[in-house]
Amino acid sequence: MSYRGQGPTRRTILRGAAGLVTASAAPLVFTRGAWAKDFCNNPTGSTVTFGFNVPQTGTYAEEGLDQLKGYQLAVKHINGEGDGGLMKTMKPLALKGNGVLGKKVTFVSGDTQTKTDAARDSARRMIERDKVIMVTGSVTSGEAIAMQSLCQEKGIIYMSGLTHSNDTTGKDKRRYGFRHFFNAYQSGVAIAPILAKEYGKERRAYHITADYTWGWTQEESIKNATEALGWKTVATVRSPLGLGDYSQYLTPVANSGADVLILNHYGHDMVNSLPQAVQFGLRDKQVNGKQFEIVVPMFSELMAQGAGTAVKGIIGTSNWHWNLPDAGSKAFTKSYGEAYGQPPSQSSHTGYVQAILYADACQRAGTFYPPEVIKALEGFEFDGMGNGPTLYRDVDHQCFKDVLVVRGNMSPTSKFDVLNVVGSASRKDVTYDPKIFGGELGPYEPNKC
Amino acid sequence: MNAILAQLLNGLDKGGAYALIALGLTLVFGTLGVVNFAHGALFMLGAFCAVTFRYLITIEIVTKDPTKLTPWGQPVEIKTPIVQNWFGDLGAILVDYSVPISILLAIPVMLVIGLVMERGLIKHFYKRTHAEQILVTFGLAIVLQEIVKSFFGPNPIPQPMPAALRSAADVGVWLGMAQGALTYPWWRLVYFLFSLGVIGAVFAFLHFTTFGMVVRAGMNDRQTVSLLGINIDKRFTIMFGIAAVVAGLAGVMYTPLLSPNYHLGMDFLVLSFVVVVVGGMGSLPGAVLAGFLLGILQSFASMTEVKSFIPGIDQIIIYFVAVVILLVRPRGLMGRRGVMES
Repeated sequence: MSYRGQGPTRRTILRGAAGLVTASAAPLVFTRGAWAKDFCNNPTGSTVTFGFNVPQTGTYAEEGLDQLKGYQLAVKHINGEGDGGLMKTMKPLALKGNGVLGKKVTFVSGDTQTKTDAARDSARRMIERDKVIMVTGSVTSGEAIAMQSLCQEKGIIYMSGLTHSNDTTGKDKRRYGFRHFFNAYQSGVAIAPILAKEYGKERRAYHITADYTWGWTQEESIKNATEALGWKTVATVRSPLGLGDYSQYLTPVANSGADVLILNHYGHDMVNSLPQAVQFGLRDKQVNGKQFEIVVPMFSELMAQGAGTAVKGIIGTSNWHWNLPDAGSKAFTKSYGEAYGQPPSQSSHTGYVQAILYADACQRAGTFYPPEVIKALEGFEFDGMGNGPTLYRDVDHQCFKDVLVVRGNMSPTSKFDVLNVVGSASRKDVTYDPKIFGGELGPYEPNKC
Repeated sequence: MNAILAQLLNGLDKGGAYALIALGLTLVFGTLGVVNFAHGALFMLGAFCAVTFRYLITIEIVTKDPTKLTPWGQPVEIKTPIVQNWFGDLGAILVDYSVPISILLAIPVMLVIGLVMERGLIKHFYKRTHAEQILVTFGLAIVLQEIVKSFFGPNPIPQPMPAALRSAADVGVWLGMAQGALTYPWWRLVYFLFSLGVIGAVFAFLHFTTFGMVVRAGMNDRQTVSLLGINIDKRFTIMFGIAAVVAGLAGVMYTPLLSPNYHLGMDFLVLSFVVVVVGGMGSLPGAVLAGFLLGILQSFASMTEVKSFIPGIDQIIIYFVAVVILLVRPRGLMGRRGVMES
């Protein structure tokens, strides 16, 4: 046996090299769409499942149940049922009314119980058991932050519902989380000029604040905004979420020297605390030579209905209101009213819009692959959804649009006619430097689910 | 001074609720020797008597007005309570005062619930250990709250107070102060006076009636009273019913202050046991004293000045005081020797 006979021949080397090149190049042929099979809950059948995770019990249940109605209506419209709602007015729109990318949308719903842990558990069940392609919904910032953190881990996009804390798209922002709702900073910017006009620049404010992330950031934002006007802050008092009886927190207000009470409460908390404050006679008082006033910086129609006559004349801010005159608001109010026999709340509007925006982004991206859908949402500029021209800012996933200032209607004509829009802050005015709230979005590439 | 008086009033109305619940709990323990963890559920059931009564009298007739349209193009619905259709202004008053009027429903309902609970379940556990009594009554509380949840749903159901009592009373003027110097909500004053009335009625019943005298004798020495030929068990069963009524009435009148939900009883249960322990197990005056004392302390702990000195004190003050009192007076403020002692 010669040495020459055992070694590779020139022809063998050439064959081997050619084989190696072919083998290594082969995957590149299939690169386009290769990731389509390799991401969490990739829908392979004729349907795609959305996960609607909202509080159906607990302090914010009423807002959650209304949000769920918005989601259900959105699914109908995406699938081409009903009158199309905001899909008739949204510009630009890629959806065709036949589902998303040819797949019919189905959904599962969960109850967050207005608790952070329950929200996270429910979202995890949706992802792991129900194989949802995205999770959406919240009424507290605690829920939203917990869910968007989980969704980042799982590689599932999270479209938040109501979450007003600066932290959601600030220090706790995530690449996989998107917020359409406005935030506490924007509330402060919007409400301050109206407060100065209505109540003057020499006021002493007393804050009672729900003791969790949203309450803290709203208190801070409103405090900064009012102190910039020249107001003084007498005290900032924290109350537990879902307390019910606020008498022990309201009793000291009357003798504190404050002439404005700022209630940083939402949902049932506000439905309880505002009427109780009125029952304590605070609005009938004259303090420091001025009429005592109450401000609820974050308002909703459902809360206003729950608070009854106590809400008359109270100033706050809102993301959207059903009696706005634009075509989108009219279309959505008509569509929702016909379906449920009542006007939509800002909670149902936010849920509806977020579901449509996600579906439209998938349609535009041509895939459900999350990094591509994220890129389709980042920097997306749209109009016709009831809030005027709106931008999904790429650096923090916060939507920028006009912010409404509302006031409790002094002479309502029906039980739904509880708020009037008395002013607004422009998108330009409420736009801020993302650096002030810090945070990191994190990577596009998804983890294994 | 005004701030202190305002906190005192707040403590009194809170204390009224604590005292009423603790009074019923002590009645059951003092007579039957049962540690009743379902007592909070009785408070909750009372609250739902008010909810049920309001639901019944606000059943509405819906008519449509085709001349007026909603923003979504449907005829406006006009809803009128049936009682208002039947009785006119009297019907409107019934709806407005539904909470206080529902007391008339709550008294017989709670009495029956109490008697059924005692005869159907509690009596089988008289001779068992306190641990077993706690387990079975706690289980009963969970069953009751789940039944309420299945009928009324999981969310709070607000109950409005009468329109005339939604404002604040100028208490300062009554005390010779300037107008508006000290105001306090009318309904809370009504609740405080109501709790005093119920507490007074229970004590009067126990002290000025033969039935009450026998019950008190039975609480002190059950065996001797039985040997005298008196059916003390029957009287104790009735006392369980009365305790249920007291808890139920406390719940009814509290509904405008705290919207009833199915776990309302659990929220008050722990607190009411702390009140009973601080007052002294088995001591009726002790339960009332501790109820008002802890209510007032909790209210003062919520003052801004106090919280700036000790942050969060309002959340722990009741438990902190309970620990201190049990260390200093292990039988509670007015506890009797031999009760729950081997």
